[in-house]
Amino acid sequence: MERWEKEREYEYLSKEEKEKLLIERMKSLLRRVYEKVLYYREVMKKEKLDPEKFSSLSDLKYFPFTTKDTLREHYPFGLFAVPLEEVVELHASSGTTGKPTVVGYTREDIEIWKSVMARSVVCAGGSSKDIIHNAYGYGLFTGGLGFHYAALALGAGVVPVSSGGTKRQISLIMDFKPTILCCTPSYALYLAEVAREEVGINPAETSLRIGIFGAEPWSEGMRKALEKEWGIIALDVYGLSEIIGPGVAMECPGKVGLHVWDDHFYPEVIDPQTGEVLEEGEEGELVFTTLTKEALPLIRYRTRDIVSMSWEPCPYCGRKTPRISRIKGRTDDMLIIRGINVFPSQIESVITEIPGVAPHYQLVVTREKHLDKLEIQIEMTEEFPFDEVRKVEELERKVKDEIESVLGLKVEVKLLEPKSIQRSMGKAKRVIDKRKEGVE
Amino acid sequence: MRVKQISVFLENKVGRLSEVTRILGEEGINIRALSIADTTEFGILRMIVDKPDSAYKVLKDKGFATSMTDVLAVEVEDKPGGLAKVLEILKEAGINVEYVYAFVTPSGKNALVVIRVEKMEEGEKVLTNAGVRLLPPEEVYAL
Repeated sequence: MERWEKEREYEYLSKEEKEKLLIERMKSLLRRVYEKVLYYREVMKKEKLDPEKFSSLSDLKYFPFTTKDTLREHYPFGLFAVPLEEVVELHASSGTTGKPTVVGYTREDIEIWKSVMARSVVCAGGSSKDIIHNAYGYGLFTGGLGFHYAALALGAGVVPVSSGGTKRQISLIMDFKPTILCCTPSYALYLAEVAREEVGINPAETSLRIGIFGAEPWSEGMRKALEKEWGIIALDVYGLSEIIGPGVAMECPGKVGLHVWDDHFYPEVIDPQTGEVLEEGEEGELVFTTLTKEALPLIRYRTRDIVSMSWEPCPYCGRKTPRISRIKGRTDDMLIIRGINVFPSQIESVITEIPGVAPHYQLVVTREKHLDKLEIQIEMTEEFPFDEVRKVEELERKVKDEIESVLGLKVEVKLLEPKSIQRSMGKAKRVIDKRKEGVE
Repeated sequence: MRVKQISVFLENKVGRLSEVTRILGEEGINIRALSIADTTEFGILRMIVDKPDSAYKVLKDKGFATSMTDVLAVEVEDKPGGLAKVLEILKEAGINVEYVYAFVTPSGKNALVVIRVEKMEEGEKVLTNAGVRLLPPEEVYAL
């Protein structure tokens, strides 16, 4: 039996049934980082935390959080718990907002990654019979290699097409007849647009049957659009390179939250302001402790993603893993406009329900006379009868009204010509915040 | 007797209008009549051209939000009250006018206007019955 097949058994154990294993893994992790990572040893000494006294999962709340800044401060290898010769693979974030964050993997870490990725694809309904068209970027970004490893572990086929070369991707899909599409949701939408309009094929008639989309938050409306366009079931995959890459959590076809592979990644949801652990079902910031990872073990790593979590067994597939809701937003994507929290995903969920506008949008925030202004720029669809000013203005008003009622905030809406917003190959850039540039 | 009108949605950005007219010029397409409806946010350029199908295709290919709409090309007497007479007929019949604009070139002694009404079929009928001449497409494109 393959490792991932064995590990699938954990997915059907309840929290109580798994507790002993989790505490054991937690204790061994704490011992390991105390011994091997100077930073964690100093933190534990300072807080008078003893790994040996760890006896219940709720004891975790006494441990301080690890943040992206902690990783940056120890750039590049300061938090590694193994000597560099044991590290077999390195990945790094783009570092657009400072130093990049570096993550390392031992051989064992790669095996863990393969296992959770294979389990994720199986959770989505895939098997060794599938062919994966993998349009996540290969390289320092973990998306491409993560799904590549999934295919290797499963024995499925993989087309390592990576991102870019959109027209060529369409011909590969037509010629190789893959069954699973993996990429960011915004790129999947763009691929469909190019397939229809530039290549002249109907994307819904391709061999694809499942889409595994992630790396950016996306709405239910976007899901509907992708399912209709491609004739697939579109499922959400969650992960971040700091924890392992993709494969931390995955939706099953029941679409009732993402199953967290908690035998490797122990989740908590906290209040981002106070750091308190929240009750089941409450919305807050997702935090992970890596139970098994060797090269870069992290204690209570703050993901900055906003979710709620449930430990109820899944009504669809019966798995008993904790389930997180789809990502509502990121604490750092969250815009605070005149004191009100706004997530781009809230706006997306409104506009994907309105005919006449396309799910291509941008939020521009400015400050005029000390007052924040949110402008939402949205493309009209090509089918929209824009010939009459009245109809365009009506559409604009409808979009404005619905967004305002969801956000509880006055906004400006500007309709744009179709295809005027730049398409992204990877993560879409949705927010342009000009408040930081100008003088207040 | 409907004539095809080309409409282009234009965001208020510098040079968009000149781009449209340049593209049409390069394709050897002649503009017969045009109007621009503008708001602070965007404009809608409406045109009657000599080759509507190729104009539609080339603008669409160049990435402009382009559509084709049916309108009426109506001959009105070139004297005070000429247009009023035509609009009166529509008003009497309770037909709303969406927009009106004029041709550059006259049709013989008479002036020529483009009219788009809410109920196209009814509008066509009442005007014809009232003896107003609607120009057939071939004649309009060949002006």
